[in-house]
Amino acid sequence: MSAPDTHATIEAIWRIERAKIIAGLARMVRDVGRAEELAQDALLAALQRWPGQGIPDNPAAWLMTAAKNRALDELRRAKLIARKHEELGREMDEADFPDLDAALDDDIGDDLLRLIFTACHPVLATEARVALTLRLIGGLTTEEIARAFLVPEPTVAQRIVRAKRALAEARVPFEVPGGDALAERLSSVLEVIYLIFNEGYSATKGDDWVRPALCEEALRLGRILAELAPDAPEVHGLAALMEIQASRLAARVGPNGEPVLLLEQNRARWDQLLIRRGLAALTRAERLTEERGPYVLQAAIAACHARARTAGETDWARIAGLYDELAGRAPSPVVELNRAVAVAMAHGPAAGLELVDALTAEPTLKGYHLLPSVRGDFLKKLGRLDEARAEFERAAALTQNARERKLLLDRAAALAS
Amino acid sequence: MRFMVIVKATRDSEAGKMPSEEMLAAMAKFNEELVKAGVMLDGAGLKPTSQGARIRFSGGQRSVIDGPFTETKELIAGYWIIQVKNKAEAIEWMKRCPNPYNEDGEIELRQFFELEDFGESPAVEHHKAVGEQIAAQKN
Repeated sequence: MSAPDTHATIEAIWRIERAKIIAGLARMVRDVGRAEELAQDALLAALQRWPGQGIPDNPAAWLMTAAKNRALDELRRAKLIARKHEELGREMDEADFPDLDAALDDDIGDDLLRLIFTACHPVLATEARVALTLRLIGGLTTEEIARAFLVPEPTVAQRIVRAKRALAEARVPFEVPGGDALAERLSSVLEVIYLIFNEGYSATKGDDWVRPALCEEALRLGRILAELAPDAPEVHGLAALMEIQASRLAARVGPNGEPVLLLEQNRARWDQLLIRRGLAALTRAERLTEERGPYVLQAAIAACHARARTAGETDWARIAGLYDELAGRAPSPVVELNRAVAVAMAHGPAAGLELVDALTAEPTLKGYHLLPSVRGDFLKKLGRLDEARAEFERAAALTQNARERKLLLDRAAALAS
Repeated sequence: MRFMVIVKATRDSEAGKMPSEEMLAAMAKFNEELVKAGVMLDGAGLKPTSQGARIRFSGGQRSVIDGPFTETKELIAGYWIIQVKNKAEAIEWMKRCPNPYNEDGEIELRQFFELEDFGESPAVEHHKAVGEQIAAQKN
């Protein structure tokens, strides 16, 4: 194997193994930042040795052993120091060093789940959670994360360093929380994954409409989580939601890079494999619970669209019902706005307008371009064209996405004559 | 990117002989690993070609040929669809696959066409330009 080939192979092995290695080390050293450094050391050792000696038969085990030996050395050293200097403040007895032999054999999956929960810990700001998750579990480089979120690389690097420090300072235990804390912590994990997905799905800034790599990464995280926490309905709900939304990636961009709205998409371009996976994940979620959470409900709504062979066949009454349920479970002005759209489709634009008009005073929607955009749509259908045009123009002024702005201005212009 | 991993047929698979219990167990474990890593999207085993058929196209003519077919090594006995970052990762995963054959055999990795593969078009150009803009901003 030539040197560049070996390099590419090591990189591939690393991509497959790194999160598991970091997770295993984090349980030993109780510090995700240190765990990542130790894992990186193991990679460097492989990069030094393998090109000369050849890649071992079981490279995953080699890397894990190399990394754990480093961690053990460090722990032994720390233990020695602690014994010599009891003024360190706390007695570091055996309890601080869990049975290391057992630790080595412990279920890797559990560690990975702990790592995900730690990276998404509420002690961190949302953007720090996102960056840390992409870095530790997704294996993205600082540069890749910076590119994806259109922020300077040093900003991301800072964010990650600070996040690791914050976790260490807060002494966040490396664990999956139990009891009541679990639901809250899990929702933080799901939020981070869905945020990553959405950042890829509809860019909030700039010209770039779709960033498939981020969507793929979020999907991968969602799929991994679905296997690590198979009893949590919302985990499957999120997986289902992302699979179904991702099935439309190819259809939602027109030939000139312009966005194509859901009802105008060519459904032949929807990815049927992803739809099938999404519907299966939704079934899995619904089998686990009668009480559908926000992600399961959103997935159920997405599934209604996925099942309709043409836009005209969409079961809007059912979608409006699901939005009612969603508004009950997780009320928000944005849900209310979507409910208005569904109600308008099921029962006519006047019914929708009534709901939307109730939202115009809502302070959280003040800068939200979809409110005037939706309202404009209802007004247009009701024949109130001048008002509709004004709403589209208002929406265009509010959106940060250049492509969307053009679409809205086009709609306004079409009403001008 | 996605790959289809194709398992070629063997005399055994064409004879409809089921894999050994041991092989099925090893394969199930491997599949579980792929699923847990969020890599495996789909996969299935295929019945022998004696249960299949071919449709031959010749201009406007279509003729149907029933299986079995003879050129065993060119036939397909199963597939996976996997999602990975690059070809090296696909290869690394599939090297870990338990040997599906009792004789010498091959599995084949084929990459899917993706959005970016659809040749020159304004949309593709647009995406490229945006990528370059981002790169330029960074420097």
